[in-house]
Parts: sequence; structure tokens; C-alpha cells
Amino acid sequence: MSNKITSFLSILALLIFSNVAFASSTGENEQIDGGAVDTQEEINAYIRHHLQDAHDFTLFTLGESGKHIGFPLPVILWDDGLHVFMSSKFHHGAAVAESNGNYYKLYHGKIYKTNAEGEISYDEDRHPTNARPLDLSITKNVVGMLFAGALLLFGFASLAKNYKNKPIPKGFGRVLEPLVIYVRDEIARPNIGPKADRYMPYLLTAFFYIWLLNLLGLTPLGFNVTGNIAVTVCLALFTFFIVQFSGNKDYWKHIFWMPGVPVPMKILLMPIELLGVFTKPFALLIRLFANITAGHFVVMSLIALTITMKAVFGPIAATGMSFALALFITVIEILVAFLQAYIFTMLSALFIGMAVEEHDHH
Amino acid sequence: MYNLIGAGLIVIGGGIGLGQIGGKAMEGIARQPEAAGKIQTAMIIIGALLEGLAFGALILGK
Amino acid sequence: MDQLLNDFSPGLFIMQALIFLVLLLLLTKFAWKPIVQSLRIREESIQDALDAAERAKQEMAQLKADNEKLLDEARQQRDTILKDAREVAAALKEEAKADAGKQAERMIADAKAAIDNEKRAALAEVKTQVAALSLEITEKLLRKKLSDESAQKELIEDFVQEVKLN
Repeated sequence: MSNKITSFLSILALLIFSNVAFASSTGENEQIDGGAVDTQEEINAYIRHHLQDAHDFTLFTLGESGKHIGFPLPVILWDDGLHVFMSSKFHHGAAVAESNGNYYKLYHGKIYKTNAEGEISYDEDRHPTNARPLDLSITKNVVGMLFAGALLLFGFASLAKNYKNKPIPKGFGRVLEPLVIYVRDEIARPNIGPKADRYMPYLLTAFFYIWLLNLLGLTPLGFNVTGNIAVTVCLALFTFFIVQFSGNKDYWKHIFWMPGVPVPMKILLMPIELLGVFTKPFALLIRLFANITAGHFVVMSLIALTITMKAVFGPIAATGMSFALALFITVIEILVAFLQAYIFTMLSALFIGMAVEEHDHH
Repeated sequence: MYNLIGAGLIVIGGGIGLGQIGGKAMEGIARQPEAAGKIQTAMIIIGALLEGLAFGALILGK
Repeated sequence: MDQLLNDFSPGLFIMQALIFLVLLLLLTKFAWKPIVQSLRIREESIQDALDAAERAKQEMAQLKADNEKLLDEARQQRDTILKDAREVAAALKEEAKADAGKQAERMIADAKAAIDNEKRAALAEVKTQVAALSLEITEKLLRKKLSDESAQKELIEDFVQEVKLN
């Protein structure tokens, strides 16, 4: 078991680090995406940059020279044809990337189609008006998802294999098994009822996927996958469709023609209930996104205290204070990482349970 | 500026709500310690719904 | 809200949907199905074992009760058999007693009858003997006495009379 883990990790490490290239930026670009940060504005920009997705995997940036240490990731664009190139072509936004006669420029983490000179035009709110191609790149978040997916697949497939030999798992499976039982007995069965086993795969996948990605977000690798609105929208849509497709007659009846109330109330309740159908997944996606984003923001702000408070308390006191606070909040964030995965799964199970519930009264 | 005032209002409202939920749950648990598990689950669900509401408002106002 | 919509990346959304879907399918096939099934089988086997133990316990109690009942029955049977035997013995004794009485009576009766017969036979014998003796005596007497005719006649007449009376 442990042999397998080490070999798996070493292969993973090889895969990652064989790709490592030291990409350097010219340091003259006006956009702030790392480098030395001193002022409050720079810190805010740095945090905002971190919270966003990135097209290259930056481990850290050398302060004065602005050199980014990390590796580029493949960029895949759909723009009347497939364009695939490495993100090193962008030089962190400094250069215009050319692919099959089209020109692209990276601006604040997003890819815009430009002319050969890389000109970007702005509207009055300083938002670029250039066209944005469909960006299917293997971004940092996608790397995080793939990494989490691989870990999940490896961990749980080995747990499943464990059962083939004997009914009680050994090794790491002993840790995973109670979690699976927890999801089944505490989340799925009490909320869904007798049909729970049908929805177990989705709930288990969602729970462990979100939890692992939340935890990965707390590592210095700096993934912010579950704090990305596109990801949470997607997860919430999964729940939404599962709920709607598993809804039985009673579920729809309760939405469009609430039984047991007078007719005017039925008409009044219809739009409210219909709105509820959409606000439920909306709450789901906003909660996860906002919690994780806020968590990252708070941790990074506290770490930044070491810079902002330096002038007031001196470097040592500022660093100590920021370390203590950041440690405290990080411990809370570890709890939040579990709690958010739990709540997402729990609410999903609750909504599914409402849709499949058999009403024998009325 | 108005955004910040709005955010403050949301936080006040959410805080009152969360306080109510937490306080009543504590009272419930104190009264019936054997129902602590069920009360906790219900508390977390309602807290989550409230949180969703507050976050929704915060983000809409941003 | 604008900021959020601006941050929303359709590409990342598509990638997430694809990855999550593939992950869901792979995990369902390779992990969740076997895990959930194994858990269910294990729980069922535990439940079965518990049920079996409970059943065994009940059977044990049942067996014990049965044994007790059998013992009781045996004891009862023994009692009835003993009682019956005693009754039979008593009846036999009575019968034997009655038989013995009857036999004794019969024997006495037989003996009485035999005695009667013997008596009758003996009397007959005596009678014949007496008759023969009397005849002899009579003969001797007659030879001596009946030398004359008249005496003879008188005697005959006496005899005849006597015989008639007899």
C-alpha cells in the first residue's frame, strides 16, 4: 500500500517537474500579477490575482527581478478552430501570442483576441472590449481538478480493491471507509430515505471532490478551485439537474398546484415555488464560492499584515502577529473546508430528498 | 461607499439571524441533550440557508 | 455582480463539467459501486450473524423447554405405568384369590361327591355282604331247622312276607 503511494507520487512528481520551465517576465508589464508587494493597493491586487484562475503554475516569484518560478501550462482555445500552445508564449501577459494566424494577449488572467501589435481597447469602465475566445486551457484550476480527481480515483479504487480480499479494509482504507459510511448514514439516508443508494455515487463524489479541493486550496500550491464561480456554478447545476430529473409527480404538484390550499393561494404560490426551484441551487453555488473566496482572502490578508503593519509595529512584531492570526484562521479554514463540503452535500441530499419524497397525506 | 453600508446592513441582519439560530439551538440542546445530533443538523442547514441568503445579497450588491 | 459575471469563465465551466462528469463515472464504476456493495454485504452478513445467534439462542431455549417437557412426560408416564401395574397386580391377586376359593370349593365338592360315591359303594358292598352272609346263615340255619315240612312252609311264608315288606 505505502509502496504504491510512493510510486504514484514519484510518477506524479516526474510528470510535473519534467515540464518545469523557468518562465521569466520582462518585469515591465503594467499589470500586477506577483513580484514584490509593498503597498496596500499592491497587496489587494496580489490577492485578487491569486483568487483568479491562472494560465501558468507559479510557485513563487522572485521579489526584485520579478522572475516567476513555476511552469507554463497548455493553452487550448476554440476560435474558429483549435489553437493549442504553451502559456509561456504570453510571457505573463507581456507578449502577444500568435497561433495559426490569430493573435492573443493575456490581460488580468484572461485571454483576448487582438491584432498583431496586441492592442487592447477599453470601454469607459476600463473593461477590455476585445473578443474573448472560448478558453478550454489546462489552467491552474484544471490542474487542481485533475490532481484531486486522480487522488480520489487512486484512493477510493484502492479501497474498493481492498474489499476483494477481505471484508475489512486495512491501511489508508481504514480512514476512508468511515467517511464513506458517514456520508451514507449521516447525509444521504436521513435526507433522501429509502432511495438514497441511487444518489450515493453523486453525493460521495461531490463531497470528497469539494473537500479535497478545499483542502488543496489551503496548501501553498495556491489552488482556488472551489472559490471559482464557474466551478461552483457547474457543481450546483449538477445538483439542480439531478433534483429536477428525479422529481416525482408530487414534487411538481407541490410547485405548480400546491395541494391543500384554496385556489387563489395556489396561483399565488406557483411563482414563489418556481422561484424556489432556482434559488436553491443558486444559494448552493454562492455559498461555496463566497465561503472559500472569503477564506482565502482572509488568510492572505492576515499574511499580508506582516507587510502592512511593518511600519507601525516593526518587522518582528508584525510577522509574529500575522503568523499567529494566519495560523488561527487557517485552522478554522480546515474546519470550514470540511463544513462547506458537508453542507453542499447535505443540501444537495436535502433537495433530492424533497424531490423524491412520497407524500401519503393530503 | 453605499456598497459598504449595504454590506454592513447585511452583516447585521445575518448576525442577528445566526445568533437566533445558534442560541435557540443551544437552548434546545440544553433542554433535550439526547436530541443534540438532530438539532445540530437542523441548525447547520438553516445556518447554511441564511448564509446563502446573506452571501447572495453581498454579491448582488458588489 | 458585474465583476462576478466578468470573472465567470465559460471555458473553465466546460472543463469542470467534463472533468466532474468523467470523475463521477470513473469513481462510480471503480470505487463507489464496489465499496457501497461491499459495505452492504458486510452489514448484511453481520446482521445475518446476529440474527443467527438470536435464532440459536431461541432454539436453545426451545430445546431446553422441550427437554423439560419430555422429562415431565416421562415422569408422568412412569407414574401411570406404575399405577397401572399396581392395579393389575391387585386385580391378579383378587382373581387368584377368587380362583383359589372356587377351586377349593370345587375340590371340596368333588371330594364330597367321591365320599358319597364311596359311601354308596361301601353301603352297597355292605348290603351285598350282609345279604350273602344272611343267605349263608340262613342256609345253615335252614339246613338244621328245616328237617320237617311244616317248619319249611312256615318259614317260606315268613320270608315272602318279609320280602314283600321290604
